Amino acid sequence: MKVGLFIPCYINQLYPQVGIATLELLEKLNVNVAYPSGQTCCGQPMANSGYEYESVGACNNFVDNFKDFDYVVTPSGSCAYHVKKHYDIIPQTEDVINVRNNVYELCDFIVNILKVKNVNAKFPYKIGIHKSCHGLRGLRLGSCSELVGPSFSSIEDLLNEVEGAQLISLARKDECCGFGGTFAVTEEAISVKMGKDKIKDHLDSGAEVITATDTSCLMHLEGLINRNKQPLKVLHIAEILNSSI
Amino acid sequence: MNHSKAASIFNKDEKKVDWHDKALWFVRHKRDKAVHAVEGWESLRNYGHGIKAHTLSNLDNYLIQFEENALKNGVQVHWAANGDEHNKIVHGILKEHNAKKVVKSKSMLTEECHLNPFLEADGIEVIDTDLGERIVQLAKESPSHIVLPAIHKTKEEVDELFQEHLGTKPSGGDPQYLTGEARKHLRKKFISADAAITGVNFAIAETGGFVVCTNEGNADMGAHLAPVHIACMGIEKLIPKQEHLGVFLRLLARSATGQPITTYSSHFKKPVNGNKMHIVIVDNGRTEQLSRPDFRASLHCIRCGACMNTCPIYRRSGGHSYDATIPGPIGSILSPGKDLTKHSSLPFASTLCGSCSDVCPVKIDIHSQLYKWRQIITKETPQPFVKKTSMKMMGKVFAKPMQFERIGKVARWSLRNLPKGVINSKPNVWGKERDLPSGPTESFDDWYKKRKDNEQ
Ligand code: SF4
Repeated sequence: MKVGLFIPCYINQLYPQVGIATLELLEKLNVNVAYPSGQTCCGQPMANSGYEYESVGACNNFVDNFKDFDYVVTPSGSCAYHVKKHYDIIPQTEDVINVRNNVYELCDFIVNILKVKNVNAKFPYKIGIHKSCHGLRGLRLGSCSELVGPSFSSIEDLLNEVEGAQLISLARKDECCGFGGTFAVTEEAISVKMGKDKIKDHLDSGAEVITATDTSCLMHLEGLINRNKQPLKVLHIAEILNSSI
Repeated sequence: MNHSKAASIFNKDEKKVDWHDKALWFVRHKRDKAVHAVEGWESLRNYGHGIKAHTLSNLDNYLIQFEENALKNGVQVHWAANGDEHNKIVHGILKEHNAKKVVKSKSMLTEECHLNPFLEADGIEVIDTDLGERIVQLAKESPSHIVLPAIHKTKEEVDELFQEHLGTKPSGGDPQYLTGEARKHLRKKFISADAAITGVNFAIAETGGFVVCTNEGNADMGAHLAPVHIACMGIEKLIPKQEHLGVFLRLLARSATGQPITTYSSHFKKPVNGNKMHIVIVDNGRTEQLSRPDFRASLHCIRCGACMNTCPIYRRSGGHSYDATIPGPIGSILSPGKDLTKHSSLPFASTLCGSCSDVCPVKIDIHSQLYKWRQIITKETPQPFVKKTSMKMMGKVFAKPMQFERIGKVARWSLRNLPKGVINSKPNVWGKERDLPSGPTESFDDWYKKRKDNEQ
């Protein structure tokens, strides 16, 4: 099984530790991972802002980099979702179809493809999960509170096996944090209010750490937490799963 | 004013925002409890979706069938291409019956057509009889929610409004007292009305009948007391058969308020002896929306309001910030179809979290349609120069890995080295209330290259 690692543009530049944790974790799980060096971005920032046509170059570049892999794995639910859902704007060649079918968010890949739940991590803290929307309602990484059906969650499956980790439960377990890409800027007031409310829910529920499958949501929440000097730490789920403190 | 500006004004009063958010979340929560108790809820949604899709694909035939049957039942049927025609038709019927006093039950369609000011201009008194609607009418406002029209008003505000207009005593916002007074006031209006106007929740092609749902019984009071009943409906309210009603009535009440069934689901079919019944069937942009393959499913909407209650943006920005008759997620996909320029900010008033699509009882892919409107809006309406150029530049940078690396380096350097005052200055809206990440010295690419070099 040949796996290509996709590290989203802003994780590459601003949160390299998330990329490193992802790579190390996959290697620990004996996955044969390669990191193609020509990668940039999945194209989502332009597309979600209404400029899909400006993202064609990024889409083609993505497919070029990953067309020879059996799976593409990324520590970002929203990028995986974007490739799956919005890559219709480029011609649907066999390569494009393959890449779209085989792109996976990290937790999804570990639980549903590798069929592993215990990654031998140790992390003795109270963890609040922020279920990032694109992973949740786009990729169905877990059951959604609006829908009627059995409850499940790849993220919780993994965290439940982490030694010492305690999962706290939130009052609103899958409400959006208010990031939303350029929404965070164009609708600044609402975005900030949503983020503040989300943080309050975590604090009220006794979380010490907020984690998520998407660093973008965490960047927004961390920005508020730091500005308001609140007692919460923010970590991408790969960092927790790769931890052995 | 665009949505974002209006929303930031609404957000100045954080306590009120919290209250608004909690009130609507309470309804969403009630909805959850109610739907989780129904076995087969998801199949019911599938049925609802399927019936609507089928009806819209055969709408012409079903409309003809409905008209034929309604006529047979002794109902007069009128057709209006737009809001103006609708208003004129209603006005004409009222004139014909010399009706000066009208009681109206809740109808978003008449709001959409601005019927009240049209009739009032000719000296006709129009009283909205749904309590929430009456409240916003007294306040000279429009509804801010389709099911809970006065949800933006606190009970203290209602108290003051009633004192001013109905002469009530100050009660500190005592709901029991206030509803009692409203009841007395409305009762007088019902008894003296010359005509009643109602909306239509479902019209049945097979029978020519229609159903109106209310929790206060005000549609019934109006229609049963007045000699003339005018029902106004959009063309999309049609369902093929009586047996389909069971699906929609079960979906509607639970999604709207978490009730198993609306308190009054009133079936109307023919006028009682001596009385008159009219139906006005309105297009007003609906066939145009029907002709847009990407957006036609927006016409499935049964106006339950669940997407508003679940929407974290709507809950925190209030309905009026949408500046449209139908606010919230569904409004944001319907409104651009009517006036793309006026409503161009609405499809962007979303994080595309997708909660609206999952909560929608008839499975409208609301968030996907928001995404699609965005693509159209950037092409067909004027866009800010900065946004346009920055997107173009980003597109170029992301197409070329070498450029991406160079720009990334500059960005990280700036985050590390520029003073906070510069970084968080005006053009950086992000930094108003949020810190930016501190730029690391090394990107993932740099780290990976180094590791590779070390391995060799
Ligand atoms: S779009 Fe769906 S959820 Fe929203 S009001 Fe219409 S039927 Fe209800």
